[in-house]
Amino acid sequence: MNAPVTVQTPIYLDYLSTTPVDPRVVEAMKQCLSTEGIFGNPASRSHVFGWKAEEAVENARNQVAEMINADPREIVWTSGATESDNLAIKGVAHFYHKKGKHIVTSKIEHKAVLDTCRQLEREGYEVTYLDPNENGLTTPEMVQDALRDDTILVSIMHANNEIGVVNDVAGIGEACRNAGVLLHVDAAQGAGKVPLDMEHMKIDLLSMSAHKMYGPKGIGALYVRRKPRVRLEAQMHGGGHERGMRSGTLATHQLVGFGEAARIAREGMSAEAERLAALRHRFWAAIEDMPEVYINGDREQRLPGALNVSFAFVEGESLIMSLRDLAISSGSACTSASLEPSYVLRALGLNDEMAHSSLRFSFGRFTTEAEVDHAAQCVRHAVEKLRELSPLWDMYQDGVDLNTIEWATH
Amino acid sequence: MAYSDKVIDHYENPRNVGKMDEADENVGTGMVGAPACGDVMRLQIQVSDDGIIEDAKFKTYGCGSAIASSSLLTEWVKGRNLDEAAAIKNTEIAQELSLPPVKIHCSVLAEDAIKAAVKNYRDKRDS
Ligand SMILES: Cc1ncc(COP(=O)(O)O)c(C=O)c1O
Repeated sequence: MNAPVTVQTPIYLDYLSTTPVDPRVVEAMKQCLSTEGIFGNPASRSHVFGWKAEEAVENARNQVAEMINADPREIVWTSGATESDNLAIKGVAHFYHKKGKHIVTSKIEHKAVLDTCRQLEREGYEVTYLDPNENGLTTPEMVQDALRDDTILVSIMHANNEIGVVNDVAGIGEACRNAGVLLHVDAAQGAGKVPLDMEHMKIDLLSMSAHKMYGPKGIGALYVRRKPRVRLEAQMHGGGHERGMRSGTLATHQLVGFGEAARIAREGMSAEAERLAALRHRFWAAIEDMPEVYINGDREQRLPGALNVSFAFVEGESLIMSLRDLAISSGSACTSASLEPSYVLRALGLNDEMAHSSLRFSFGRFTTEAEVDHAAQCVRHAVEKLRELSPLWDMYQDGVDLNTIEWATH
Repeated sequence: MAYSDKVIDHYENPRNVGKMDEADENVGTGMVGAPACGDVMRLQIQVSDDGIIEDAKFKTYGCGSAIASSSLLTEWVKGRNLDEAAAIKNTEIAQELSLPPVKIHCSVLAEDAIKAAVKNYRDKRDS
């Protein structure tokens, strides 16, 4: 028998929320955080401190561009995917408003996209929110059917942050390009994990975030296509940095970190994807024999390291409380005042109860097999314990159909 | 979110988990809440002929605070008469467990559950 492997707890299984910074990235960043290092303003043209900083920033730009097979001149630095989404959507809407005022997106986009669209609605734009299919995917056909003569922009995410499914953004790009409509893709979750190729995919704008791919927080980028040229109205005005699209002194250390993270991600992408998919399968194999346990979202078309699971008849928050060894997130927002189940899971057609009973597990670069095994054991144990406590589990076992009961909703 | 020690204690060692025979005329059952809202409590009391609660059982689907509220309630109602049990206020439960404002509804649900169980027992007796 093998000696039992001890794991350190809590185990971090929330890589979709954010990732730790890779030590190699930290090293690169350190070079920009000392008086001897690259501390200059990349916009300073009159001395070597500025030149060195500019060189570091442009090197990072090349690295990020290379990760998505784009031209470095197509990369605009931002503070993260939230800003990239805002710049892309508002920037296009404001620039092209004379062409039309209709935008197409989906109901399960990140709030950075949804709330931006809401703002544009207040400004007089019209937005169509597509329902994904029951696997959480928004297909090229759905997008095509929603396009109108006055549609100026489609914004569909690459990988979903809650359920981890990956859309066919290449196919959606074809549909948009054929119709002469711009496509923005929020790739905060997919970039660096799943191949993206701007030369071959007809994506016009693409949002990225460093902290989802082992880079630092507070830095991101927006890819803006040059051929055919996409125009944006700036949202941040000032010194005219980033070709006028986003003013503000560039954060050299952050950008250098993002660049290094992009390099590491690109070089190790296929091996890492394979390793993470194996961990995900291992985890699922260890829990799938439990009754009434379901994967949310498409089983194949997904991020290699992400799994969202509903455990019927137990409530997500109490499940998390039982899983103190695990750092994970729940599909229900019971801690918020609203007690609202996840809008993403609801849009997939899950009832409130199943949405309340779901957990998101996301594995990443530093997750080990021993951690996955321990996590699966903890989950089994907690679910069994809570089902013993659950009146709904009792009723289910007695053959009562919970849908036939008239609950007093409060 | 941080839970109080008492919530954690009840959550980890829930008291009086179980199920009684609903059909028994000495048993009152209160089931409140809804799965869609994220919490359902089933509280059952066994009442002696002179109206004293001799035993109580619960099962709860819900967050840690909901589980703790119902577990605590089963401890409190044992030995009380029906009027005393039905007079338990959610604020007492919330205070005992140091529930934060967003979890007050859990204690409200517990109060509803004991009231419903007492009513169920009385309705059975009256019919
Ligand atoms: C899909 C998606 N879009 C946007 C964001 C926001 O990214 P950032 O934290 O870089 O602003 C996130 C991260 O939470 C995300 O998952």
